[in-house]
Amino acid sequence: MSTSITAPAHTMPRQHYLNSSHSIRSWLLTTDHKRIALLYLLSVTFFFAVGGIFATMIRIHLLSPSGFLVSPEMYNRLFTMHGVAMVFFFLIPSIPAVLGNFLVPMMIGAKDLAFPKLNLLSWYLYIIGGCFLLYSFFIGGLDTGWTFYTPLSSIYSNSAVTPAVLGIFINGFSSILTGLNFVVTVHTMRAPGMTWFRLPLFIWAHYATSIIFILGTPVIAITLLLVGLERMFHLGFFNPNLGGDPILFQHLFWFYSHPAVYIMILPAMGVISEIIPTFARKPIFGYSFIAGSSIAIAVIGFFVWAHHMFLTGESVYAALAFSLLSYLVAIPSAVKVFNWTSTLYKGSISYDTPMLYALGFIGLFLVGGLTGLFLACLGLDIHIHDTYFVIAHFHYIMVGGAVMGYVGGLHFWWPKITGKLYPEFLARIAAVVLFFGFNLTFFPQFILGYLGMPRRYHSYPPEYQVLNVMSTAGASILAVGYLLPMIYLLWSIKYGRVAGPNPWPATGLEWKTDSPPPTENFHVTPEVTWEPYDYENRPDLGLVAGVSPVAPAHGDD
Amino acid sequence: MHRSGELYGQFQTLEQQKDSAALGMWVFLVTEVLFFGGLFMTYTINRHAYSVAFGVASNTLDLKLGGINTVILILSSLTMAMSVWASHVGKRKQLIRFLVATLALGSAFLGIKVIEYKQKFDHHLVPGHNFQIDYRVQHPAPTDSPEQITIEKEELEKAFARDPELNAHAQLYMSLYFGMTGLHALHMIVGAGLLVWLIWESVRGRFTPEYNTPVEIVGLYWHFVDIVWIYLFPLLYLIDRHR
Repeated sequence: MSTSITAPAHTMPRQHYLNSSHSIRSWLLTTDHKRIALLYLLSVTFFFAVGGIFATMIRIHLLSPSGFLVSPEMYNRLFTMHGVAMVFFFLIPSIPAVLGNFLVPMMIGAKDLAFPKLNLLSWYLYIIGGCFLLYSFFIGGLDTGWTFYTPLSSIYSNSAVTPAVLGIFINGFSSILTGLNFVVTVHTMRAPGMTWFRLPLFIWAHYATSIIFILGTPVIAITLLLVGLERMFHLGFFNPNLGGDPILFQHLFWFYSHPAVYIMILPAMGVISEIIPTFARKPIFGYSFIAGSSIAIAVIGFFVWAHHMFLTGESVYAALAFSLLSYLVAIPSAVKVFNWTSTLYKGSISYDTPMLYALGFIGLFLVGGLTGLFLACLGLDIHIHDTYFVIAHFHYIMVGGAVMGYVGGLHFWWPKITGKLYPEFLARIAAVVLFFGFNLTFFPQFILGYLGMPRRYHSYPPEYQVLNVMSTAGASILAVGYLLPMIYLLWSIKYGRVAGPNPWPATGLEWKTDSPPPTENFHVTPEVTWEPYDYENRPDLGLVAGVSPVAPAHGDD
Repeated sequence: MHRSGELYGQFQTLEQQKDSAALGMWVFLVTEVLFFGGLFMTYTINRHAYSVAFGVASNTLDLKLGGINTVILILSSLTMAMSVWASHVGKRKQLIRFLVATLALGSAFLGIKVIEYKQKFDHHLVPGHNFQIDYRVQHPAPTDSPEQITIEKEELEKAFARDPELNAHAQLYMSLYFGMTGLHALHMIVGAGLLVWLIWESVRGRFTPEYNTPVEIVGLYWHFVDIVWIYLFPLLYLIDRHR
């Protein structure tokens, strides 16, 4: 993508949020949402690495049919710890707490979130919860599966369930406070002219996510608290011997944990809705439909939980209703996919790294979403329930969707966060490696599941070995795909080319201030007079009609 | 972020700050509804499944103490509302008086709760290995009237005939009783702490008709905790009440 138009050379701003003060104290006691976002970035990366190590061990173990790395008991612990670390301590906070924290105030033209101290408190709660979880891992880990089904988790398991449950309980309040902060901020902190329908779709996605944080998280908190009390004081809420109901636990658990899937995917959809119009150089198609579909997903998402329990014993009529509702949630999801592809139509597309992630996201989310329909089908679910088909399905949504969105968003806003451009060529290679590695890891698992390989088993019949080896090979490629960005993004902080305020150029308010931004975000409070994603009436972007568009700035031009 | 007077740096106006704080508290209360909601759900399911045991166990609660506590809490909501009013019109002395009254009523509630919990310990009604729903009729205190004990004994025998697992199911009720009232009491303790802070700040003269956001949002919180009790009282004390 060599271009004749050379972008003007930029210099770093003299004062910005990164160099305003340097002491450790100024970081640990900061109330600046941008610094808190970076604290979160470091901590979620740590838990991603922890969960990733467990995943690697699982895949190595499954190279041979009998499993050669760990004992069956240890295998149970591995997949449990992988799930708990990844779901509760990486996926759920990843985009909202890192990118959302950094961007929500900037995108609406505010100086900070409405409650900066609460924001810092959320991070500390996350860290305290994380310490409880690590303590549980260090004293031997837990083996209940990330779903903590009772009575295994409450009575029979001899592993370190209690500290893990307490850790997730504490971490839940971190999510609740973040959601509360976002909702209030979007309601009361918008800049003049920033009406609800001028909000970036990233904000709509985070608003919908926050609703789930607020309505769902308290339920998992009280549920896991009851499990903890049951373990500590031998109460009987979920213990059939004492008259309790283990199925009740599953209902309460999934009442949060299914919407939690939307906590993971909605913010990623918000990221994609920002990237696509930027690199298609076109206003997004059907703005209000994408905004509305985020809310619809959040709302309908609360009424599908029992589709996890088709085989657990619920009435046929309940199962029918939940199956139907699960199909319904596919509609707003499909609306988004159609609108993204329509935005691409006749767009002036450049295949920059964030765009590669966005396009990858659309494809992988499509596969993940459609296989979700298989699982929502009552008859078919009996065949593929608790098999690797389920594993592949939700990894397509969570890794192919949420993590792709997260890494893509990290690239897209990296120039804003650090003021530096990452090396474009290397980044494109990493994006392709990630996409290829991901598919090689998880596509074979669809086939394995359909053939009947159950999840959570430490061994398998020899005829499944080829597909398992393929999956493990894919996982090692995937690991390279994750390590590459970690290395070159860090490298770019010191050696990257200076980005300037708006390297792409993109239309959001966050791009109208310095990169990195000053502590108070904007030198003067911005006033919004344009519609979202409007490239035509924005002379400030340097895209004049009739002149060939400025190509995005790259780190290795 | 710099703070000028009572206006925090991220806000443009005091009004915006107050709106944000009030909305924040409302959203928090929504999360609280869901938080207690999990317990109410558990209660409802089990009440439906084990209505005999729940009725019997409910009769072990002290209606008199529970009733007094309900009145105390409603009164404390009144004094809290008066505090908010006093802060709006800038009557500092009244504000302090009403806040102290609210704190006193809240503490009285917690004190009576302690007495009730003590009774449950004495009657072996705390979930655990020593739990025994008929402990009191087997070991009557000298102050109990013999006729009353005979009636209760008969009732328990009938209940055991209908539900052989009565002891386990009554224990479930008592677990919920301690879980729900315990969580409620925890919220009361947090509320009492907030009241102490408000009293301290109003003695210092921080609240004016222009700036009284903390009084207002603590008021919201206090009323919410009160409302939770308004639901807990009938659900725990008044079901199947026949003595």
